[in-house]
Amino acid sequence: MASIRQNSSKDALPDFRNLGVLARVLVLVNLLALAAAFASQPDWSRVLDTFVLGTVLLEPALLASLALLYAAAPLLRRLDYWPACAVIVAVAALFAAAAHAGLAQITEIGLARTLVFAVLGAALVIAYLSLHLRAHSPALAEARLQALQARIRPHFLFNSLNAVLALIRNDPRRAERTLEDLADLFRALMSDGRSLVRLADEISLIERYAAIEQLRLGDRLRMSWDMDQAPVDALLPPLILQPLLENAVYHGVEPGTGIGDVLVRIERRGARVHVLIENPTQQGGAGARAGNHMALDNIRERLMLFFDADARLETKVDGGRYRVDIDLPYRTGRA
Amino acid sequence: MSDLKVFIADDEAPARARLKEVLADIRGTVATAIAGEASNGLEVIERLPGSGATVLLLDIQMPGMGGIELARHLGGLENAPAIVFVTAHDRHAVEAFELNALDYLMKPVRAERLAAALKKAAAAGPAQREKLERAASSAREFFSVAERNRIVLVPVAEVLFLKAELKYVTLRTQMGEHLIEEPLIAIEREFAERFIRVHRNCLVARAAIRGFERAEGGEEEAHWNVVLEGVAERLPVSRRQWPAVKSVLPEAKE
Repeated sequence: MASIRQNSSKDALPDFRNLGVLARVLVLVNLLALAAAFASQPDWSRVLDTFVLGTVLLEPALLASLALLYAAAPLLRRLDYWPACAVIVAVAALFAAAAHAGLAQITEIGLARTLVFAVLGAALVIAYLSLHLRAHSPALAEARLQALQARIRPHFLFNSLNAVLALIRNDPRRAERTLEDLADLFRALMSDGRSLVRLADEISLIERYAAIEQLRLGDRLRMSWDMDQAPVDALLPPLILQPLLENAVYHGVEPGTGIGDVLVRIERRGARVHVLIENPTQQGGAGARAGNHMALDNIRERLMLFFDADARLETKVDGGRYRVDIDLPYRTGRA
Repeated sequence: MSDLKVFIADDEAPARARLKEVLADIRGTVATAIAGEASNGLEVIERLPGSGATVLLLDIQMPGMGGIELARHLGGLENAPAIVFVTAHDRHAVEAFELNALDYLMKPVRAERLAAALKKAAAAGPAQREKLERAASSAREFFSVAERNRIVLVPVAEVLFLKAELKYVTLRTQMGEHLIEEPLIAIEREFAERFIRVHRNCLVARAAIRGFERAEGGEEEAHWNVVLEGVAERLPVSRRQWPAVKSVLPEAKE
């Protein structure tokens, strides 16, 4: 199983080719220098002089460091987070030392002091930028959410439309109902996936979905629902259940020639909500469909974006049955 | 012109019903009669041969057996039907059809398209075997022996070894033997992961290999024989194949 956090540390490394990052570094480092000048000078009138003298040393080192980091940005990105940080700090220290060697006479600042400032400054800047990046990740997360928006299989859409066409002449009422179900399903699919929805709505959605599958597959699909204990007011990310049920039908029922039993159980246990979706496994050979775990990874990632580490999704194969277990915090409130 | 005998294969009942409706609608353009229906691949194998069907409308995503494999087995029939593949959405299959000039329809099927496809298929007859082979995305799950009005399927997984003799290849399973008319080299290529060549004329299932025996030949040169699970017969391993064959069983030593 792919980890949902595999990219997080790399994401947090500042991008030195980003203009905003460069501007922030310049401002931040100069503010630090100013703060240092304030701290080191008891006499207010001399603070500015100290700062200006400091910048003589600071600016060349800073600009040279940024230039190098700008040039080396692609190489830097290939490193892991901590080694990359070490490189950045080392670059800052190196240029600070070089500037000190060249300009020490003018500034009267000791080498040790210069190095300490460079190392601390670089570390602070990295920490700040990483924090900044994380703080702004909701924007990133939102973009990711949009991209992760659950997608229905085209296979299902076209087969459903075909099934409705078959109904129109002989059972127009059922055709109407099926089109209404399809409309609801697509409305949910096209809604923005950013807010939590009530479990009751998710349940009615999967019931509509199941009704369409039932029409297509007839006796081959045998649904069992166990949702009497479902906390209908619980909040969860939209379209978590439907793709799982779609998977259950696509992998567990459609490839088989016999009857496929699919079970959906939703219940509350204390402060947690448990969802179980179970379907027969179609062992290798005839008709088994290769899964790419896209839907599962997608759902797992969305659960993480909404609940962080507080939600789990696990799958296992047990006695010819494939089961997906979801464990969520029980949250209520305005949807 | 007499009615075109159409066999409909789709696992979804509404889809079959829809095709029948459309066939009825286009009766004025293409007169058809339903020769039979099936809801999975194995049913097609069972029911189509005796049905007199000239055209098969074949959904490619059916349980039991994939559409292309099914088409390959049907091709061995004496009166093999022309096949029009039907798919709701399968990009890979559609690409393969396009590439190999095989006829296909997209669901939902339009009346005009269906009429055109039926006319074309009836005129062209069964698809060439090579086209279907090229369009297949994976190895078959069955070997088939086409008899006059019947297709006997032998699951590939049950085959212990294959031996080429003159024009035929003998398939040996736990149950018995079957003769098929396919070149051994093509089978070796299609099922490279399952079978290994032990001799110029013989492939054996890797999974069935239990060991090797030294054969101290009288007049023949000394050589190794392969011992297979559940088969008394010992198959000689040629000197040329020996290095590759012995590595199938890591513990086997000279």
